[in-house]
Amino acid sequence: MSELLRGLPPLLAAHTELVLVALIAAIAISLPLAIAVAGKPRLALPVVTIAGVIQTIPGLALLALMVAVIAGTHGLGVRLSPFGFPPAVIALTLYAILPILRNAITGLRGVDPAVVEAARGLGMTQGQLLRFVELPLAAPVIAAGVRTAAVWTVGAATLATPVGQICLGNYIFAGLQTRNWEMLLAGVIAAAGLAIVLDLILGAIEHALARRERPWAAAGVLVALLVVVLAVLPRLGGADSNAPVVAEHRAAAKVTHLRLGAKTYTEQYILVEVLRQRLAKAGVAADVAQSLGSTVVFDALASGEIDAYVEYSGTLFINQMKRSAGTPRWRVLVEVESWLAHEGIRSLGSLGFENAYALALKRTTAERLHAKQLADLAPHAPELSIGGDYEWFSRGEWASVRAAYDLRFARTATFDPSLLYDAVARGEVDVISAFSSDGRIAANDLVTLADPAGALPPYDAMILLGKRVADDPDVACALVPLTGKITVELMRRANLMVDRADDKATPAAAAAWLLEQAHVPDGC
Amino acid sequence: MIAFADVSKRFGAEWAVRHVSLEIAEGEFVAVLGESGSGKTTLVKMVNRLVDPDEGKVVVAGEDIRATDAVQLRRTIGYVIQQVGLLPHLSIADNIAIVPTLLGWTDAAKATRVAELLALIGLPDVAARFPDQLSGGQRQRIGLARALAARPKLMLLDEPFGALDPITRVALQGELRRIHKELALTTVMVTHDMVEALTLADRIAVMYRSELRQVGTPTELVAHPADEYVARLMGMAKHQAEQLAGVIA
Repeated sequence: MSELLRGLPPLLAAHTELVLVALIAAIAISLPLAIAVAGKPRLALPVVTIAGVIQTIPGLALLALMVAVIAGTHGLGVRLSPFGFPPAVIALTLYAILPILRNAITGLRGVDPAVVEAARGLGMTQGQLLRFVELPLAAPVIAAGVRTAAVWTVGAATLATPVGQICLGNYIFAGLQTRNWEMLLAGVIAAAGLAIVLDLILGAIEHALARRERPWAAAGVLVALLVVVLAVLPRLGGADSNAPVVAEHRAAAKVTHLRLGAKTYTEQYILVEVLRQRLAKAGVAADVAQSLGSTVVFDALASGEIDAYVEYSGTLFINQMKRSAGTPRWRVLVEVESWLAHEGIRSLGSLGFENAYALALKRTTAERLHAKQLADLAPHAPELSIGGDYEWFSRGEWASVRAAYDLRFARTATFDPSLLYDAVARGEVDVISAFSSDGRIAANDLVTLADPAGALPPYDAMILLGKRVADDPDVACALVPLTGKITVELMRRANLMVDRADDKATPAAAAAWLLEQAHVPDGC
Repeated sequence: MIAFADVSKRFGAEWAVRHVSLEIAEGEFVAVLGESGSGKTTLVKMVNRLVDPDEGKVVVAGEDIRATDAVQLRRTIGYVIQQVGLLPHLSIADNIAIVPTLLGWTDAAKATRVAELLALIGLPDVAARFPDQLSGGQRQRIGLARALAARPKLMLLDEPFGALDPITRVALQGELRRIHKELALTTVMVTHDMVEALTLADRIAVMYRSELRQVGTPTELVAHPADEYVARLMGMAKHQAEQLAGVIA
């Protein structure tokens, strides 16, 4: 628990910074826009409608979209990184525009026309009218809009984790995936607390504006909060591992600091710890960007935002190379490695295990249906339901396995991967898309069905290195000895140590255990 | 002081003011009388360029105002409207001092002027209050004081007493007349209240359906109405006066 609390301040600081930058940007955009269109209903309607449409895009989708947009426009001409802060802040800004814009327009329109006429008649210029009359009178309504936007943004910012931005979402995503409820709660409570504090301060400012008092006192508290959060918090807790030193070291000749990536599930959290611990032993420090989206992490490696992560051959084969299933395991590895080399990415080879998609069901169900391989499922499928993770039903593997074995299930249901195994064990669904290295297959007494037709591609886990560190001897010395050393049995047990409900281990502890069990030699 | 030379204004297809010519001398108190929609407000707003005529020209103090800067012009003309339009977030003193502030007066000069004006309108103790703490009649007095702040020679009032109760209205009408005389102002007041026009104004300009039907002293209008509309209007005034006399006697 104290470990959790020590890790919290840097996340809270990053989260607050993200929210405040987005809010300030949203105000800077919305206010002039509202002033420009408030008096012109024919313009105001489309503007507010567009802002409203943006608002209806789910937060996670908008964030992912920004990654694609920034990457697609090559950093909008100013070399913005498509990873981390820029996409997160742009998406959150877009998100915060609507409430501020709408309230500003309402507030400006609500100014008594008699007051405006009198002010014009007394000889105020358009600018003076705005400054002395319209803005002060609309201010309480505008402040209420900023308040709404602030609370929304604090919530939406927790979704910035998968695009590589550190925030309270790191605790929430990792907590959810590793079923570490304390971690999840720490993230949620911190986010709620931040929302409440911001709301109270902005509420005080709104109140002061409504009573036509000078809101400096409340604004002062806000500034004080900023200083504390941005200057003091990051120095508390895990300062050494979270310091933003990436840019400095990029210029340095010798690599002394790596940035590692991990996707959003337990095995990835453990494996990134394995990499970090090996590097630390070799004297190379490393940051970890956790809970990255599955395609974000590869783009981040390709663009040099991160230096290394563990990928699976099949994912690259299907998602990046756009190939289809049905290719033998050895050919997939060979083709993937040559494609990677062409992309300037170095593969250190397979870690020794596969984490492939497999269809799993309860042992009792399998025995009842006499199902040993996928083809055995075909006659029963119309009475069975299948559960999959978020990606499964839109992935090529689902289409290819259905076609290869003529599987027509009665019902499909999507689950968070951390809940899939429970769902099948409790009988909510009959079959699930499982991961072959997941310890919960055995722990829940599930069996996987053989795939003689090779409809599901192989997923060899492999360490990928980005351009910056591809030829670094220290990094190679630390990581190369891992290849071929991790068996699927070891990986399953390590995963289960973290995933099980009782006697849970942290990913770091599971990684240490794994390294010990795998007998990885030190040095090259 | 003011000369309208054949001015016209249309809003879309509707005539608001149609070929109006009218001269107002310095020191005169002129009431522009008409029913709603007659064009009287539009005509008066041409003087401080809240409305610019489509045709014709307006001369104020010898200058064609189309050539002047509208904002500067307005700062030299007092302007009072029915809803007053005090700024609710400013104190009474700050409200009165708006035009002096726009003109860059010093704080000391503004404070002196505010005190003078509050004394003039008979509300010496309200400087620190806010508009929502005053009654309707008090607010209209502040509106008057605000219009007078930068010592304009010309005052425009658009139905200034229309929303007040009769007792307050009569009191304020008396004060307006007194101030007009005391400060040697030229005053143009828009009204639909015949009695107000007849009792306050030196001359009355009758507007009907966007046209100026007659200009003259109250006596002239009653004795020699130019057309049927004016005759009916004055007849009504006479009729009301007789009825009133009967009731009171």
